[in-house]
Amino acid sequence: MYIYDSYDQSIVDERVAQFKDQTDRYFSGELTEEQFLPLRLQNGLYVQRYAPMLRVAVPYGLLSSTQVRKLAHIARTYDKGYAHVTTRTNFQFNWPELKDVPEILKELASVQMHAIQTSGNCIRNTTTDQFAGVTSGELIDPRPYCEIIRQWSTVHPEFAFLPRKFKIAVNSHTTDDRAATLLHDVALKIVKNEAGETGYEVYVGGGLGRTPIIASLVEDFLPEKHLLTYLDAVLRVYNLNGRRDNKYKARIKILVKALGVEAFRELVRTEWSNLKDGPGTITQEELDRVKGHFTEPAYEKLESSKDLELQLSENKAFSNWYNRNVSEHKIAGYAIATLTLKKLGTPPGDITDNQLDATADLADKYSFGEIRSTHEQNLVLADVKQDDLFELWKEAKALGFSTPNLGLLTDMICCPGGDFCALANAKSIPVAEALQAKFDNLDYLHDLGEIDLNISGCMNACGHHHIGHIGILGVDKKGEEFYQVSLGGDAGPKASLGKILGPSFARDQMPNVIENILNTYVDQRIDGERFLDTYRRAGHAIFKERAYAKSN
Amino acid sequence: MQNLINQEVELTNSWALIQDDSADFSQQNIMIPAMYWLENQELFSDRTDVSIWFSGDADLSLFKGKLTNIPVIGINFPAFADGRGYSLARLISEREDYKGELRAIGDVLIDQLYFMKRCGFTTYLLKEGLSPKKAINYFETFNAPYQLAADIKEPLFRRKS
Repeated sequence: MYIYDSYDQSIVDERVAQFKDQTDRYFSGELTEEQFLPLRLQNGLYVQRYAPMLRVAVPYGLLSSTQVRKLAHIARTYDKGYAHVTTRTNFQFNWPELKDVPEILKELASVQMHAIQTSGNCIRNTTTDQFAGVTSGELIDPRPYCEIIRQWSTVHPEFAFLPRKFKIAVNSHTTDDRAATLLHDVALKIVKNEAGETGYEVYVGGGLGRTPIIASLVEDFLPEKHLLTYLDAVLRVYNLNGRRDNKYKARIKILVKALGVEAFRELVRTEWSNLKDGPGTITQEELDRVKGHFTEPAYEKLESSKDLELQLSENKAFSNWYNRNVSEHKIAGYAIATLTLKKLGTPPGDITDNQLDATADLADKYSFGEIRSTHEQNLVLADVKQDDLFELWKEAKALGFSTPNLGLLTDMICCPGGDFCALANAKSIPVAEALQAKFDNLDYLHDLGEIDLNISGCMNACGHHHIGHIGILGVDKKGEEFYQVSLGGDAGPKASLGKILGPSFARDQMPNVIENILNTYVDQRIDGERFLDTYRRAGHAIFKERAYAKSN
Repeated sequence: MQNLINQEVELTNSWALIQDDSADFSQQNIMIPAMYWLENQELFSDRTDVSIWFSGDADLSLFKGKLTNIPVIGINFPAFADGRGYSLARLISEREDYKGELRAIGDVLIDQLYFMKRCGFTTYLLKEGLSPKKAINYFETFNAPYQLAADIKEPLFRRKS
């Protein structure tokens, strides 16, 4: 993984000093609430329902065991003993005191971490495939490009006060998209041209929120060295032309839609023609330097494990976990294991200080000391020997990480909702809990197969409800919490947005409504068909009819 | 009162800001709306004591090649969170190669000074009540930033090697 040099460390240290000074001036009354707001937001600090919420950046979801132990320490020392994995692969603390935040940032800086630009109207954390570097079918490792973007975007002097937040994702997989790339302000797909040169397809103007839009293709081949000058051009066009009169119309997706993609492309190319081949062009030395941080760990030469076959045939629970939560590794004899944070009775994505410490231990023992966080709010050990899987499973089971539900109905994405978030219209965690409780039969869940169920507590869509096969949105009706259901969303390479089923439901109706939808699927499916495929084939109407038939 | 500074010292402000088109343009040392200046260039062609200021929605393409001899160009920040002025400043100083005084006006606060300096501003008319002595300490927040901008012409990765 990327290791800071003295320059990287200085920037993070200077940021800590800057925020300490800003916080002091806020407490002394020198900075008003309004003036302090964007400054604290750009350091990940929201003021929420009960306390400030601090969002710590995990660039492209990659963590060392040392960093995870630091997060455990922060959860224990400054919070109530737990943290929350967000849908931007960041970590969030729900209970820190504002006065402690400068000290927390200092602790983070000591392990090469920060909270820079994790909120506010600026360039946010860049995300990518959680299996980057270890999955087969990947063109090249996308993480060096993410790190180059991280450095370029960190404290960018021109783009600290954009019309609205700005999110970039990178995908390099030839057939899969595990990062919901096309739902980003800028989506970069790493490709090779006919001459075998590396570059990017550049998509602009995707996003969720109130107006969900899939990003439009703006360049079909941007050579790799032009990445930063091109991004500068896109951001400059957005900074100057994006709407600032209405925050709900301020994202770049609205600008692209208003101008049309052709006119937008023209503006960007005109601006870029002045920057192209200038000093912002990435040098081969820099590319090589950053790539040098993402070399393969010391893999052993292994055969496919024989013990594993035996363990799988003898232990049903292990085999369930293996089938759902273990993914294929590009190196023979290794596997990718996902530790799910979706256990019944725990809000999706929550993890305790002790679990964090234990995860760090597991990573040291089984996976070269690295951990990854996913936008589906789980953790990944990416380099586990197949021979170690059985032992890992037993340890993960004892820690509550082994629910074999990866990709299944109960592996939900869920925002903190009205329990914690001041923006929410409705609670989301109790809905997740009610669904986890109702659908806790593993055989049934496995029979249902892959279903993305995503829950957001408001239109800002932090729970990605638009791209869930089943999406649930909390709405407020005259002070009461209701829930709107949509079907047919998809975050994959052929991204699609869900279609709203109809009038919203009361919270206590939700388990039955979802049951009706699932029964419709089971009745309609042709063998082997996933929920999403059945929905697309059988059509919206039949699901709608059945959902409302018995839902009172 | 509003204090004027550059990156080192407090300055005396000798320019009167003209906000609207109905003002008295015959007075000396005035900084006038850029569009008004553009549309009435013949009125000001003989004067060396006229400066202009841009608002965030300025169309700089209309001013191509016309800015060189203007003594001071102001860029207005209607609110500190409106970041259009940063891009305008870079375009004027880097693209138009303007060498005169580039002044930040409007909601100019201490925590934005570092960004403004990097984008090419040379003077700063601080918001009412802000201390110039204090403000001057806020230009060096980051010693070796990653990005190239108006002040440092190469990104960190080129400066390191």
